[in-house]
Formats: sequence, C-alpha cells, structure tokens
Amino acid sequence: MTHAAAAAELPAAERQIKLLSLLEQDCGSCHGLTMTGGLGPALLPKTLDDKPDDFLVDTILYGRPGTPMPPWAFEITPDEAKWLIGRLRSWRTDG
Amino acid sequence: MVKFLPFAVAALIAALPVSAVAECGGLRGTGDLGLVIERADGAVQVVDTTRRRALCTVTGLGDLSHASLVFSRDGRFAYVFGRDGGLSKVDVLTGTLVKRVTQAGNAIGGAISQDGRLVAVSNYEPGGVRVFDAATLEMLADIPAIAADGSRGKVVGLVDAPGLGFVYALYDAGEIWVAEMGKDATAPKLTKFTGIGRLPYDGMVTPDGRYYAAALFGEDGVALLDLWNLDKGVRRILDGYGKGEQPLPVYKMPHLGGWSTAGRLAFVPAVGRHEVLVVDQKTWEEVGRVAVYAQPVFTTARPDGRQVWVNFAHPHNDTVQVIDVPTRTVVQTLKPGPAVLHIEFSPRGEHAWVSVRDSDEVQVYDTRSFDKLASLPARKPSGIFFTARANRVGY
Repeated sequence: MTHAAAAAELPAAERQIKLLSLLEQDCGSCHGLTMTGGLGPALLPKTLDDKPDDFLVDTILYGRPGTPMPPWAFEITPDEAKWLIGRLRSWRTDG
Repeated sequence: MVKFLPFAVAALIAALPVSAVAECGGLRGTGDLGLVIERADGAVQVVDTTRRRALCTVTGLGDLSHASLVFSRDGRFAYVFGRDGGLSKVDVLTGTLVKRVTQAGNAIGGAISQDGRLVAVSNYEPGGVRVFDAATLEMLADIPAIAADGSRGKVVGLVDAPGLGFVYALYDAGEIWVAEMGKDATAPKLTKFTGIGRLPYDGMVTPDGRYYAAALFGEDGVALLDLWNLDKGVRRILDGYGKGEQPLPVYKMPHLGGWSTAGRLAFVPAVGRHEVLVVDQKTWEEVGRVAVYAQPVFTTARPDGRQVWVNFAHPHNDTVQVIDVPTRTVVQTLKPGPAVLHIEFSPRGEHAWVSVRDSDEVQVYDTRSFDKLASLPARKPSGIFFTARANRVGY
C-alpha cells in the first residue's frame, strides 16, 4: 500500500498554517497536542500505517458515528484532509 | 525559609520570555496567586491576582495539551498533570519546578486527598490510577483500571472524596470506582459500580463532597453516586434529556470540573446541544434549561452563585455568556476573542479571568460591570487555576 497523500491541490501557505493550528489545537484536544492520543486514539505514523487515505479522509470529513469523533466537512475540504493526513504520516519526521 | 540555589535562579531567568518580569521568590502569601497553563510551551505562569500581572514563568513541564492541576493545602505547591503522563510539582512562591516524574504514557487529570498527603493521577495509558506521596512524588499505589469484562481502559473524572479517598470513572467500560484510602495508602480498598452508562467522559463531586456525578457521552444522562450511601448504588439523573433528538456533533468535550453549583441548583453543560441544564440538587430533577449561544464546554459559577459563566466549543469558542441564576437567563454576551478555553473567578468573585488561546492573552473582567480590566500576555493559554482551589473539595 502506498501512503503518498496525493493531494490534487496543496492548500495555500496561509491556509496551511491555519490547518496545522486546527490539527494541533482542536484535533489535539482529543488526540493530544503531539498526536500521542487522549480520549481519541493516537495519530502517529505507526498507528495510521495500516489505514488507507480514503478511510482517514472519510473519518475526518464525516466523523465516526458512535464515537465522539465529529465530522469536519463544514470547514475542511477533501483535499485539505488529504494534506493533513500526509502531515500526520510524516509527523515529526519531516521537520 | 526560602532557599535559593544560584543554579536554579540562573536557569529560571534564562527560561523567561523577554516580556515577563521575574518577581517570584519574595516573602509573601500565596492566597492571591494562581497559575496559567501555557499549553504549547509546557510552561506555567505564576500570576498575581491583586496586581493583575504575571510574576514569572516555570518551564519544562512537558506536553500540557490537556493539563490541569491541584494545589497543596497551604497553597504553596501546585501538582500539574500533563497529557504526556508527567506529574510536576511546582513551587508557586519561588517559581521553580521542584520535581517531575513521568508516571504514565498518557494522563488526563488528578486530585489531591482531603489531608493533602496524597496526589492521585488518572491515566489513559496504561489505564488506571496511580497514587503518589505529595511530599516526595514517590508512587504508593498503582490501581489498574481493569473492568468487569477484563478489558483495561481509560480513567476519567478523578476527584477527591472527603472521608473516603478518590472516585473516578472508566470511560470504555462504563464503571465508577471508589478507592478508599485508609491508613496504609499502598492498599486502597476498591468499590466498583458496573453498568453505570455508556462512555462516561468526565466526573465531578459536589462542593459538600457528598455526590459524585459522571456525565455520559454515549447516552443522554448522568450517573450519580451518593458517597454517603455507597450501598444504595448508582442512579441515573437527567435521563434522556435529549428527548431522542439527534445530538449535534461535539467539537470539544464539555468539562464538569466547573459544573456549577449555585445555591441548590447545578448548571450542567448538555452534550451536543446549545443548552445548559438546570438541576435541583436536593431532588436531582431537571428544573429548567437555558438556551445558550452554542455547545457549552465549561459552566462556571461565580463563588456567590449568582452568575454562571459559560464558554463554548469550536467553532463558536470566541464567546462567553453569563447566565443570571435567579432569572435563569443570559444577561451578557462577551466576545473575548478566538478560542476561549477557560474561566476562573477570583476567590470572592469580583473578577473573572478568561484565557484566549489564539490571541495569546488572558483577559480580566469585572463581573458586575462586565468591563474588561486588563489583558495579560500568555502564550497559548488554557487552564487558569487560583490557589483558593486548595481549600475546596473537588478542586
């Protein structure tokens, strides 16, 4: 399985900063500021390794019913979700 | 006597941001001091609530993305619980990190015993509670959260219970445990209540120490345990408060730590609704609801119980509303700015301190006029904790 998060369009630089802040601060309130997990599971490269991009994009956009994971489609586009997943897969390893 | 090691002083000064003034270390009381968590930096600011300014910053506390703390009974030391399992003991007077242990992989909160001798930490990984000597941070007891079905899970809602010890809930399995701490702190006596409801996500103890409430995420309701009558078991209150309606998605879990008690009323954040539920604590019946701006996170009562201040979940977290308790109506809407994370009242309630994460400041409001009195710079501030908590059950 290849994990290249082939985002069709990279978010603009300003939007990337906003998305990373959202990831750290808001996703981080359940998944941990450093993505090591909390009430929600860890989102480290090794915990995501067996999960395909499509599954993770769906989880971000539509949430996981029956769990506290909410849908984020109201403020994150599919391309942005893919870009975030790419960042998570290389978390702490891409500088 | 305050003893300074030159090395520690040098390290402290070196760690200070340029804007802060190092004023910790003088001879003074701690009653008007507090700590502000700077979540992105693993630091806490020591603040003076009389002069409304930061005194110094203590660094090196690790991942504080979900941090809370309790105070020693003399108000001098703070025990800071970090997400990364770190338990840090901070000297509020000297502004120094006294000791830090990494006691688990992933932690959520903690509590201090009635007599101040024990500090307990609730852990997600490995799931359970660990109890430490408050003086030395030596571990005295390790209580794995192994549920009736054999699974080990996350612990939430850990509080102190006067005359007993500690009470907490098991998130995954839906249980409430009472850990009685007798003379021998290494051998707590456990009483377990199973099947209390799906996904308890936080808990609180009433200010008199009598009732423990665990709020449920997996269903509409709250599990209630009378700590004076453990044999009566857990009962359900606010059952089905959502009346079968689909709850809204939740972008920030509510907190019960500040679940407010105003007189005989409790103001409870509803999960997935733009409502605060009003509960009569004598009968534990719902007696009303207050429609609010968005999904409440904290509902914090002013110490006199006349007002309840509410902050909200992302993406509506730029707002604070004030509920007038006698009329149960919203009487003020404030817009402190992006990402209001926490509200703390001065001990007698004349001021409210509000952390505004994304504008890197803590704002101070007059609670009568609602005027903004001050803004203090802080880097990504989250929790605000004043030493008056040292004398309150459940804090």
